Amino acid sequence: MSPASFYALIGVGLFVIGFYALLVRRDDLTRILSINVMGSGVFMVLIAAADGVGATVDPVPHAMVLTGIVVAVSATAFALALSLARERAQ
Amino acid sequence: MTPLWSALCVVAPLLAAVTQCIKPRWGAATSIAALSLIVLGGLGLASALIESGAQTIVLSGWSPPLGIVWRIDGLTVTMILMAGIVGLPVSVYAHHYFSSSTTANRFFWPLWMLLLAALCSLFLSNDLFNWYVTLELLSLSAVALVTLAGKPAALAAAQRYLYASLLGSLCYLMGVALIYSTYGSLDMTLLRAATEPNTSVWVAIGLMMAGLLMKSAMFPLHFWLPSAHGAAPAPVSAILSALVVKGAFYILLRIWFDLVPEAPPHSVTLLLGAFGAAAILWGSLQALRATRLKMLVAYSTVAQLGYLALFFPLSATGELGQTAIGGIVYFMAAHACAKAAMFLAAGNLQRAAGHDQLSALASTAQALPLSMFAFAIAGVSIMGLPPSGGFVAKWMLLSAAIMNGAWLWVAVLILGGLLSAAYVFRVLALSFVDPGPPAEQEAPKRVARSSEWASLMLAGMALLLGLNAMPMLELMSVGLPAIRP
Repeated sequence: MSPASFYALIGVGLFVIGFYALLVRRDDLTRILSINVMGSGVFMVLIAAADGVGATVDPVPHAMVLTGIVVAVSATAFALALSLARERAQ
Repeated sequence: MTPLWSALCVVAPLLAAVTQCIKPRWGAATSIAALSLIVLGGLGLASALIESGAQTIVLSGWSPPLGIVWRIDGLTVTMILMAGIVGLPVSVYAHHYFSSSTTANRFFWPLWMLLLAALCSLFLSNDLFNWYVTLELLSLSAVALVTLAGKPAALAAAQRYLYASLLGSLCYLMGVALIYSTYGSLDMTLLRAATEPNTSVWVAIGLMMAGLLMKSAMFPLHFWLPSAHGAAPAPVSAILSALVVKGAFYILLRIWFDLVPEAPPHSVTLLLGAFGAAAILWGSLQALRATRLKMLVAYSTVAQLGYLALFFPLSATGELGQTAIGGIVYFMAAHACAKAAMFLAAGNLQRAAGHDQLSALASTAQALPLSMFAFAIAGVSIMGLPPSGGFVAKWMLLSAAIMNGAWLWVAVLILGGLLSAAYVFRVLALSFVDPGPPAEQEAPKRVARSSEWASLMLAGMALLLGLNAMPMLELMSVGLPAIRP
């Protein structure tokens, strides 16, 4: 097995673990974390996809992962703020 | 001129959002200006399309696979015009709706403009990863808008909406990653030429479609929609039901046109159609049972979105597919106008009565004949009666189904129309029942004239779509890719 497909498989595994936790757990923080775990899984798959033919590395997936991290950070911040607001309202 | 017109659609709302963060008091004025510019840009694009067909713009001269390309065809322009034209009356309405509570007023305008910028760039993009980014921008601003209602119920609904939507986008992104690792490209034009039927493509398409079905609240993934759309402030509900769910469905259509490498298995289209039929029945029955007016309208959205899923089985055969596409795009436009009108009218009743319990709304309904009239006209389009945009759309879907000999879908379409008539009349009946002795009722509060006219204008547009169908259909079909045999 090439390193790239190993990373891709780990990525899919993380995605599935996060997906399972998001469906099963009811706790807010766990849910937000499980969304992050899912996201990391997708990023792993993308980074594995960057392993091009021969010695070249494809930069496009790296750019996608960077953008994805920015989106994930803002979404996480918003989700945390929302759960805090909800706790305060109760 | 095309690059200018299309840039206008994205830059105008972005500039408005920035301005509104600095000068909150200019909220309504700058929003209406930005929306007018979007309509202008949409009209400019439409005339360019009619002159010279579908257009592509290579952003800053970087060609794909590295750069990003915008593609503008009839579907793009119809959706942009829909967003601008529905947005204008909603903004006029929101100006009066939010004037009392200053925090909500302060945050509504920039969020609404950011949502609009995300939506317009979504419609213009033709690139799988760009769609992911615009989808996330769209949903984050949409969830933030739901929280403006401020009540604990709205916060809970917003949270559920956020989780569902993040789950949907991550499934979509996983599909994008698979496509990229197979074909090394994200641009839809390149992918259309490249994709072949193999396992990884089907898995990727399955993941992307599952994510997008979640985001467009297709049954049985609709669970987050009624509470979010029902709990949001009225203008926000109108924006969510009319525009936001259409964004995800737009990408779904594009994937269906360009990425699906061969006619998908019959069982898949049948399953999607069955989800649509279930949505129509379940949504309509819940609308019939709803005790609150806004929940009734929200469940009606679930039912109406079911019609969109009927597109998949109906478009399965070549030539009739074009009728089904026209019908579905028309349906999206007509539903946007009619549903926005319904939510605004419902908001007027709620505002005047101080609640939206259907059982106690009769006296309020009779005090606001203009809003009830708007609700009735929008109802005509939702039911699919002539002359309305909803009628044209359903007629096209129905004729595609009849020519296919797909009697099951014909039955679903007709039954759906009857059920929607039943729940619309539940509301219209309020105008005719005896409200009880006036002493027991609180006098309805005053509602701004312009709020009533805003809902009536939207309903009128749903009607106008029915009277002026041919030019619209011609515009929609410019450059639409044919479904693969």
